[in-house]
Amino acid sequence: MDLFISQLLNGIGNGVVYASVALALVLIFRTTGLLNFAQGEMALFSTYISWKLASSGLPVVAAILLSMVIAFVAGAIIERVLIRPVEVGRSPLNVVIVTLGMFLAINSFAQLFFGTDPQTMPKPWPSDASGNDERINFLGQSISWAVIALALVLTAECVLLFLLLQKTRLGLKIRAVASNPDSSRLVGINAGAILMLGWALSAAIGALAGSLVAARSTGFDASLMATVLVYAFAAAALGGFDSPLGAVISGLVVGVADALTTQYVDALNGIELVVPLGLILIVLLVRPTGLFGRQTVERV
Amino acid sequence: MTPTGSPPDRPAERPRRTLRAPGRGGGDGAAGSETGVTAPVDPSHPGAGGMPDGDQAAAFARPGEAPAPAATSPGTGGDGQGRDRVTVIRIATGVILAAAALYAPFYFEPELNRVLAQVLYIAIAAMGLNLLTGFNGQVSIGHGAFFGVGAFTTAILMVDHGWTYEPTIPIAAAVAAAVGVAVGVPALRVRGLYLALITLGLAVIFPRVATKYVKGQGGIALLRPDRSEFNSLIDGLASDQWQYFECLVIAVVLFVLAWNLVRSRTGRAMIAVRDQELAASTVGVNLSRVKVGTFALSAAYAGVAGSLSVMIDRAADGTNPILYFQRSIEFLVAVVIGGAATILGPAVGAFLIVFLRRNTENLIEGKEVLAPAVFGAALIVIVYVLPEGVVGGLRKLVARLTKRRVPPSALTAAPMSESAP
Repeated sequence: MDLFISQLLNGIGNGVVYASVALALVLIFRTTGLLNFAQGEMALFSTYISWKLASSGLPVVAAILLSMVIAFVAGAIIERVLIRPVEVGRSPLNVVIVTLGMFLAINSFAQLFFGTDPQTMPKPWPSDASGNDERINFLGQSISWAVIALALVLTAECVLLFLLLQKTRLGLKIRAVASNPDSSRLVGINAGAILMLGWALSAAIGALAGSLVAARSTGFDASLMATVLVYAFAAAALGGFDSPLGAVISGLVVGVADALTTQYVDALNGIELVVPLGLILIVLLVRPTGLFGRQTVERV
Repeated sequence: MTPTGSPPDRPAERPRRTLRAPGRGGGDGAAGSETGVTAPVDPSHPGAGGMPDGDQAAAFARPGEAPAPAATSPGTGGDGQGRDRVTVIRIATGVILAAAALYAPFYFEPELNRVLAQVLYIAIAAMGLNLLTGFNGQVSIGHGAFFGVGAFTTAILMVDHGWTYEPTIPIAAAVAAAVGVAVGVPALRVRGLYLALITLGLAVIFPRVATKYVKGQGGIALLRPDRSEFNSLIDGLASDQWQYFECLVIAVVLFVLAWNLVRSRTGRAMIAVRDQELAASTVGVNLSRVKVGTFALSAAYAGVAGSLSVMIDRAADGTNPILYFQRSIEFLVAVVIGGAATILGPAVGAFLIVFLRRNTENLIEGKEVLAPAVFGAALIVIVYVLPEGVVGGLRKLVARLTKRRVPPSALTAAPMSESAP
């Protein structure tokens, strides 16, 4: 039973990470209808920036916040300079190629600027001298501070995003552009600026997620986000790409399902990735729009 | 509808052509039969002699995109001169390319012949993906997995069961096609980017499955068939040349097959499903059969390519966790930068990416990690400059050039004949 609970907690820890990255993917998908294959690598690059800032003497939390700001600006620039020109009225395949090109380019720039050796990200939560996370006892279980911190951050993210999207004028504009860009332009919304904002927010969330993933693991290198991205895609697909809440819940589901199946099903040892993919497949077969997605009506 | 038009009575035929514009005009039949002779000898470019003509191209173009050649077809198409000149240019290019492809292995070093053979197998896989993505509208980022299935089928049959190489190719195609059906059926439920995602997962998971279940020498998922299996069977042809020609023959056969397929009833059904699923089903196209069938065929192409890669690269490798994901990207990129939904596109794209990668690897001394960056940047630039791919861009260029060269009298005559009926 203890093993079960510790695996459950471990799964939740992973799930929170997947949920954050999935949230970033969903934000871009909602505002622009695109899948950003470079999301993981953008997060990787920001992670390196916060690592660099932290190791040059800045407090970890400040370093992460600063890298989020940098990622925010960079995300907006990427949208305006790289994505917008190929996006307008052409095949979505071209945008896919551009994000794949970015995937390759950003990864190799990260290796060029920051080296290929594994690095250690300082932890923004209590840890002992040898770098292990401190644990606290809760209901007879010891929970690592990492899981708690990640869960808190994710909750804060969700609350802030909810407030932004549902309670502000800006959020209303974002939702208007997501639902119908042309009509929103007609009522005077600067749709271009909103799209930039979508990419910027998503890049910032990615930066946060990346930094926390790196801090949670013992060391990180340029392959940090590769598997995380697959799980995040799984979570986003599971939740239905247009639902932030769905992304968060599905991220947790994917994380927990993964942890439990690899613990209890020997056949899956080494091929854990079958779990998220199997989940996507089952969900899409039953509900092609995902668990929380909306049905869209197509006109012929 | 039998093609009745032959070059001499084209003027008389002109009004009829415009009447049945949506179908395939008589002129196309003539162009097709002219080039049917040149196509088989035309190596990597079976379509060079007779790329789909104006009317056909209109069917290929997606709604919303400007169907470049089609737009000019009333002017150039109705005018025998412009069309003939284009045909001559096409045949000439085809013959030159054919000669080049046949002569190349005798001119280059063995090392470069291997690279050319790599171009060929990537072109085959890209053609398969093009049938699925370009002509049928199902995006796949998982063709690396089918490629891997083909490669491992061949390698396992050779290493563990002692087969000779050639008989394993159809088996590899069949196994890949079976996997394609297994993926194609659930793919019926999802579309566009969701499908891209599922197939992406397929490519990521393949090497892990291979690592788990395939044990080669030393217990790792790396199978190396005996090199002598691939030796030349013809005197006077070195092994590298023999391997190149084997790839070339298979590539030509598969490209001609694809070229004929997309112009057939089935091909039109594929395109109709891509352009408007609901409308296609109301005119009697069996959506499930067309989509799953295309998936299977497309996977079989990738399987053949994988099988050929075992011969060229001398191994089936499952040790690199992202190799097959990279392959998938490679194929997709070849399709898009070559020109989606064109016959020549995948070949041009395969050539471009292999040589781009080869030349970017050593471009910056001591900064090998930058090679993917240069490659990625090159991709972005190509998508910017040629959004319809190289072949799409060339088509536009040819259409513009021939339009300008048409004599003024013909220009004024053409609209009159258009309005006559």
